[in-house]
This record gives sequence, structure tokens and C-alpha cells, in this order.
Amino acid sequence: MSELPKARIATASLAGCFGCHMAILDIDERLIDLMKLVDVDRSPLTDKKRFTQRCDIGIIEGGCCNEENVHVLHDFRRNCDVLIALGQCAIMGGLPAMRNAIMHSDAPLRECLDEAYITGKYIRNTTHNVPNDPALPLLLDEVYPCSQVVEIDYQIPGCAPTGDIIFDTLSKLLTGKFRGFERDMIKFD
Amino acid sequence: MSGTKKETGFTFTIDGIEVTAYAGQTIMEAADEAGVYIPRLCDHEGLRHQGSCRVCTVKAGGRSVAACTQPAAPGQAVENETPHLTKMRRDLVEMLFHEGNHLCPICEASGNCELQAMAYRLDMTEATKFPYLEPCRALDASHPDIALDTNRCISCGRCIRASQDVDGKGIFGYVGRGIHRRVAVNGENLADTDAEVTDHAISAEVCPVGCIIRKRVGFAVPIGEREFDKGLIGHDIEEKRK
Repeated sequence: MSELPKARIATASLAGCFGCHMAILDIDERLIDLMKLVDVDRSPLTDKKRFTQRCDIGIIEGGCCNEENVHVLHDFRRNCDVLIALGQCAIMGGLPAMRNAIMHSDAPLRECLDEAYITGKYIRNTTHNVPNDPALPLLLDEVYPCSQVVEIDYQIPGCAPTGDIIFDTLSKLLTGKFRGFERDMIKFD
Repeated sequence: MSGTKKETGFTFTIDGIEVTAYAGQTIMEAADEAGVYIPRLCDHEGLRHQGSCRVCTVKAGGRSVAACTQPAAPGQAVENETPHLTKMRRDLVEMLFHEGNHLCPICEASGNCELQAMAYRLDMTEATKFPYLEPCRALDASHPDIALDTNRCISCGRCIRASQDVDGKGIFGYVGRGIHRRVAVNGENLADTDAEVTDHAISAEVCPVGCIIRKRVGFAVPIGEREFDKGLIGHDIEEKRK
């Protein structure tokens, strides 16, 4: 029996803690089974910074908090047939989205930056400025979940999702057997 | 009074399952006794029915009705778990997630939260089609034993009914109209009320989400071992049929 051609996958981390990529490593020795089905293209796991060719599956961790995140996400949507939002930050903004609703503030982003760099009790910032180097990506007014920026095909919930649900979902998608999640695998925390 | 419950009983069906009900019982009360789970958020055992969240909407005689307030009727055919009703319930629950700030990973009620558990039960895993409203609501930590994070409130009103009817206090009440309608405390803040951590309204079972917080108990049970980590919401009712 001839082997199926390998699928190509790519991954990226946007505004998140990189925990979902750590969770990919939680697949443990089953990664060997997964690697029989896929080649990894642009990804922090391979350290490839750009797409070398079109991919079958793109996996996005984290939401969009700056313009670079939006560019990366658009790049993934352009270059991937199927786009997966991995984890709660990609799905609903997650912890970074806490800055969207800072209480009693008309300008939550400004208040967040002021507290982080100027007014915070334990800050030692000799310039008394918010970092504004042109090399820094422009921050967005809010943190946006991926589905509010591009069309997302599948979401794997969790903070972080377990290695089990990631492996199960990917292996089923790659073999055309994905019919939704088992209920006992769905966890938002 | 003549006649026992058994003498006045009648039957109707829920998804083809024959259920016995008694005069004055709602569809949900009869379903609970028969081991048929109808999803609900604003309704809670021991509190008067309100019929506001509409997650318990069922079709009875072709009409959409709230199962928690609709009296059961002899011979009626009730639809509960149909693809149409499940989708409508999922949309309702999804809208509740969008209306407040429901960040499960930072919520101490995660795993014990009925809203989250309902999302699990209704398979809320698709990419969202609604905008996140992300409101800026107040956090009231004035009370020594209780805190309120109203960002997580879903306006189910269970605390209102528990406080009024069980505790006889009236600590909570609705304020505002339409989309601005919210649950508020009867005072400047919670510390100005006669709320006590031993009140039924403050107990873990009344608030379905993480809005009413009992201080210093949040992570006594670790995440992963909490109520809905062990089984789907409603499984205790469904087990009655097994």
C-alpha cells in the first residue's frame, strides 16, 4: 500500500504566553506518529520565519494585540487551507484581553501602559516614558480574538489545551475523520 | 383535600419518552423527576421559577415555551433535544459569554460554573459569530467575606430570589431597563447591606457563575477536580433514568 503524501502544517504564537506551543510538546512520544503524517513549515518549532510553500493546516496560538499579530494572522490565512485557533487567547482574547475592560477607564490601553511603565508602584523606569521605538509593532486599541480578524475553521479550546485534544484533533483532521470534539475533552480552563 | 398526587397524575411525552406529571407541575419539574434533563440557567431547585434565560426553551404543541414556567399538560408532545433547540440554546449561551467578561482561565469558578458547563454540554466550540461587548462593570470587594465581580453576572436573578424568598433579606435586585438591566445590591456597596457569607443567596449553589465570590475559598478544590470536571451538567438528573 502506498503511503499518503505528508501534509504540511505551520504554527505561530501571537498575543499569548506560548503555553499552547508547550502543550503541542505535551503530545509526547505520539509526536513521532504525528510526524509520520506531517512536515512542519513556518513555525517556532522549526525556527522557519517564513512560509516555504502553501500549507494544509495552520495553527495559531494567541490573539491579536498589535499590528504585527494581524499581519501574521493574515499571512497564515493566505497560506493555509485550514486555520485552527489553538487555546483561549486565540479563541476569545484570553488573558491579554483583560486590558480591554479595565474598570472605570475611558482609555484602557493608555491606562494599562501608564500603569506598566510609569505609575506602577514597583516600576523603575528612569526615562518615565512608555517605550515608543519605531521598531516596536503598533499596539491595537483592543486585543482581538482571531475569529474577529480572519475566518477560523476550527477551534481547540483550553488554557492550555491538553496534548491529548491537540493530538486527537490533528490526527483526525489529517485522516479526514474529525467529526467534532468528544464532550469530556472540552475544557475552557 | 381529596386525592393524592398519584390519583391526579397524567402523562405526556418529552422526545417520545413518557413522563408522569401532577396537576400544577411545570414541564421541567416533571422532566427532572422522570430523569430527563432540560438545560437551564436561571432556574434553580428551591427557588421560584422566573423563565428569563430561556435556555430551557422547549417546543410544546408546536410552540416555543420556557419549560421552567410552562405547566405540563396531559398528552402533550414536548420536544427537548432537537438540533434546532440545541442550536438555539447554544446561541443563547454564546451570547451570554459575549455580553459579559467571561474569561474562564482567570475565573475561580471555572469548573464549577454552570454557564461554562452548559457551553460544554451544548458543544460551544465553533468560531464565534457575535462581537464581544467587553463591558466595564464594577468589582465590589467591600464586604470582609464576600466579593462581587459583576463582569461575570448573567442576570439570572437566582441571588435575588434566594435573598428575598429564602433569606428574607432582599440584598439583591434588578436595576435598569433593556440591555442595561443589571443585578445590583440594595445599598452603596455590599458592605452596607446585611449580607452574610452564611446566606443562601451567597452559597456556592445559587450563583451559577463566578460573580458572587466567597473570599478565601476560591481554589480549595483544584481545577480539574471540580464539579463539572467530573461529569456533564445534568448528569445527576439523567442518571435517575438509568
